[in-house]
Amino acid sequence: MNLAEHAPPSYLADGVTLRSWLFTHDHKRIAILYALAITFFFFLGGVAAALMRLELATPAGDVMSAETYNKTFTFHGVVMVWFFLIPSIPNTLGNFLLPLMIGARDVAFPRLNLFSWYLYMAGGLFTIACLLLGGVDTGWTFYTPFSTMFSNSHVLLTVVGVFIVGFSSILTGLNFIVTIHTMRTEGMTWFRLPLFVWSMYGVSLVMMLATPVLAMTLALIAAERLFGVGIFDPALGGDPLLFQHFFWFYSHPAVYIMVLPSMGVVSELITASVRRRIFGYRFMVYSIIGIAVVGFLVWGHHMFVAGQSMYAGIVFSILSFVVAVPSAVKVFNWTATLYKGDIAFGAPMIYALGFVGLFMLGGLTGLFLAAVALDVNLTDTYFVVAHFHYIMVGGAVMAYLGGIHFWWPKITGRIYSEAWARFAAILMFLGFNLTFFPQFLAGAEGMPRRYHAYPAEFGLLNVLSSAGSVLLASAYLLPIGYFLWSLRHGERAGPDPWGAKGLEWETDSPPPTHNFTRPPQVDENGPYAYAPP
Amino acid sequence: MNLLPRASTFAGHLDAMFYTMVGLSAVVVLGVFITMLVFAVRFRRGRHVDRSGESHREMGIELAWTLVPFALFVGIFAWSIVLWVDMRTPPSDAATIYVVGKQWMWEFEHPDGQREIDTLHVASGQPVRLVMTSQDVIHDVFVPAFRVKQDVLPGRYTDLWFIPTRTGTYDLFCAEFCGTDHSRMRGTVVVETPADHARWLATHASASLAARGKLLFTRFGCAGCHDPASAVHAPRLDGLYGSTVPLADGRQVVADERYLHDAIVLPASEVAAGYEPVMPSYKDRIDESDILALVAYLKIRGQDRETSHEPR
Amino acid sequence: MTAESTRVAEQFDDAAQQREAATLGMWAFLATEILFFGVLFAAYTVCRLLWPDAFASGSRHTDLPLGTVETAVLLTSSFTVALALRDVQLGGRRVAAWLFVATATLGVVFLAIHGVEYHADYEAAVIPGLRYEEVGPLAPAKQLFFILYYVTTLFHGLHVTIGVVLLLVMAWRVRAGAFSPDDHSALENTALYWHLVDIVWIFVFPLYYLVGRA
Repeated sequence: MNLAEHAPPSYLADGVTLRSWLFTHDHKRIAILYALAITFFFFLGGVAAALMRLELATPAGDVMSAETYNKTFTFHGVVMVWFFLIPSIPNTLGNFLLPLMIGARDVAFPRLNLFSWYLYMAGGLFTIACLLLGGVDTGWTFYTPFSTMFSNSHVLLTVVGVFIVGFSSILTGLNFIVTIHTMRTEGMTWFRLPLFVWSMYGVSLVMMLATPVLAMTLALIAAERLFGVGIFDPALGGDPLLFQHFFWFYSHPAVYIMVLPSMGVVSELITASVRRRIFGYRFMVYSIIGIAVVGFLVWGHHMFVAGQSMYAGIVFSILSFVVAVPSAVKVFNWTATLYKGDIAFGAPMIYALGFVGLFMLGGLTGLFLAAVALDVNLTDTYFVVAHFHYIMVGGAVMAYLGGIHFWWPKITGRIYSEAWARFAAILMFLGFNLTFFPQFLAGAEGMPRRYHAYPAEFGLLNVLSSAGSVLLASAYLLPIGYFLWSLRHGERAGPDPWGAKGLEWETDSPPPTHNFTRPPQVDENGPYAYAPP
Repeated sequence: MNLLPRASTFAGHLDAMFYTMVGLSAVVVLGVFITMLVFAVRFRRGRHVDRSGESHREMGIELAWTLVPFALFVGIFAWSIVLWVDMRTPPSDAATIYVVGKQWMWEFEHPDGQREIDTLHVASGQPVRLVMTSQDVIHDVFVPAFRVKQDVLPGRYTDLWFIPTRTGTYDLFCAEFCGTDHSRMRGTVVVETPADHARWLATHASASLAARGKLLFTRFGCAGCHDPASAVHAPRLDGLYGSTVPLADGRQVVADERYLHDAIVLPASEVAAGYEPVMPSYKDRIDESDILALVAYLKIRGQDRETSHEPR
Repeated sequence: MTAESTRVAEQFDDAAQQREAATLGMWAFLATEILFFGVLFAAYTVCRLLWPDAFASGSRHTDLPLGTVETAVLLTSSFTVALALRDVQLGGRRVAAWLFVATATLGVVFLAIHGVEYHADYEAAVIPGLRYEEVGPLAPAKQLFFILYYVTTLFHGLHVTIGVVLLLVMAWRVRAGAFSPDDHSALENTALYWHLVDIVWIFVFPLYYLVGRA
């Protein structure tokens, strides 16, 4: 029997019309729809960042007006948080890989999956409309009463856009939870799941349970904007701190939505590049669940100086230290996985190691902020800005790119240029550190955040940071070039170009629409049962 | 924090903690980095080295690097709490200075009536407590050289305290985004020797805050109900500040600055036991700095100090 | 059971897996709804603790007789939908369809009574932002009561409306023979959704109509 004649077409070839893409039920095509959209928003948010760094290169506020600057940093935050970081790994890599990794044909609810993408696009449309109509200047955190009673910008439009995109998040989480529970193939028991799948499970729990809180909080903001009455306005006897509690109850778990998937990706990249099982698989699993759960208990550490009681500060401080423990365990476990490994240093591994280093730095500085007495001095300064960029950009974005590189052959059927990819990864690592390390120093010296113009003594650190951002931006542009080139001229990939374990590597690159032509075989020895070299 | 002057009693302690953590972090970063480097070189693909054998003491290692960090974290937490409790507990002899933040400026009011805009004069070596509120949105008082920071909210009072240790001029920033000119909402703290400060207070005196409050008490008609001779059944205000007030709903509250402030703008929220909720609200009719003057007056009303105060 | 009576979507291995997925999906969705409404209940709790007198006064403005009738209507509707499901499980079709219609009708009755309440509120001028003419020292904090009341009942009403549509669609499909005793997860999920709508109201009614009324 000539298998080639009976082989089903790849999911990319299975229908070439626009309609076949916009009405697809295939999780892999939906992943690509998301990938295109979030790349667009990433560059939109990136342009905002570039404008900010341009303004901050000199102490005076001479590039744009204060109001424009405020709208720029708000736009940067809103777009990067909700339209890039939160959906990036779950909706692209998660959508593409989850059914493959568990041996399923698709997710549990494919039409809901497509609907989630349309919700994302609708939310994005509102955000772009807001931009075109003049923007919003409240910061992505929408603190009241400024956002409800004082801002003269398009708060309502933005809040509606974020409300809508939140439902995309909720439905994705729901879809993934049901998929993982009910659609694992024969033999794929819970403790044989790859860590990426576990991270999808953890992130889905958080997406499903935290995002509804944001939705209702935004609805209350909208009511206050529309009707001039609300529960967060002190002039009415309402409480602005109540807003902050509701907002951070979602937004702290939200940062774990951003980081848990990247940890899952890194575990896959490292095990495949080292060709060895992960050190401490069960501890890694419990860490994921631990981070997801304890992450719901620490929101008050964003409010240590907001007017909370001294006792609330004590409770949230110790809980914030507790949530750091599983992350520390993961860093040590990744390092230990290298021991007696068979290590290759392709671009995915460079991204993964870069992640471990930068995430570690970001996480350690988180401890400074968890120490409530130190936080008094460091909060609302560039120290915090640097802290979260180390985790979000140095961590999550690098993990996302590492994952895109690693699974590029599976998604597109092509191999990218390893030389260019390594160069871009290293340039990114260097540019990133030059951009953000000086910000730790500036913040520790007292430079407040969200400042359009700043005192001259912070000038040198800001010039360094802006210079770094030029390198970083260039590094982000490079992959567009060599990835696009690979689609036409890259070497065609076989099913398993890296020699990696995992059910996704047991099918063609790119896979057929229904993923597997024959039922995949689950290795009884676990997800990373590499043979010794 | 290396170029940042240490100008309060907190600064030295907080910097010690900060640098200790930097040191510990450096140890961890170097440890992990060197380990990674050694493993990466030793076990790189193509190198012939012994990769056999499974680790048998995995659980022990895992527990070690779970519990040791946790123990370290608890230590750091405990150290931080000691400093935190101190920072949140102003001494009873601290001089109280009232602060009103509004878009986009700061007003400072000394107890004896000196008012300053954007600049705050204090004496070194003497504890100062700032009692702060906002006229509009949330602001924040941040003095990096003192290592203190506290959000300033509308509708309530928040506080912070410090003891300046070095004379000099230090930056004050607004550290909570508050609108267009947030980055221009800055100020200066001028720390003088006690002698210089006393001279400054003398030369900048005007009607004391409490005397101003007494005038406002009459101007806004408070005396109409709260004077002993009034026909209206209203609570007596003499010696009210600091006392415990039983409320109509059974609760008891201490009559502190917050209580007095809310009694003026939201009188129905805490009705005194035995009284009807008939007091009108003065929200939007009296601004925050005038409320501070009234509060200052109420603090001394009924005491000897009330009559001995005279405008200079 | 014949093969064609159970349509299994192509992503599932078999009908059992499809059923399991549908059920788990619905329970997961209900969890998100609890967190969604939870914000409003948390806000209510905080505000009630801060301003007990104002909230008690606000409670007295709600229409207790109408509220009680609404509660009875919704509880009955949960009963009828459960009966409908039972009928399908026993192989029925016509009775089940009518029971779904009855449930939907009760939902509409609920919304209509609520409409009457809103109209009365408008006449009494207790709708903040639209027509609010309460005066007195408790008025500002009472406004918070009403804001929460309207946001909560409007979101609840939206869920009731969606439920009514779902019920009518299900009634039509039941009549058309789309379900069997072994294959009716869409009906089970619709009933679960309706029960959620009922449970939310079971919290709203005491909090807004009963507590502190005396």
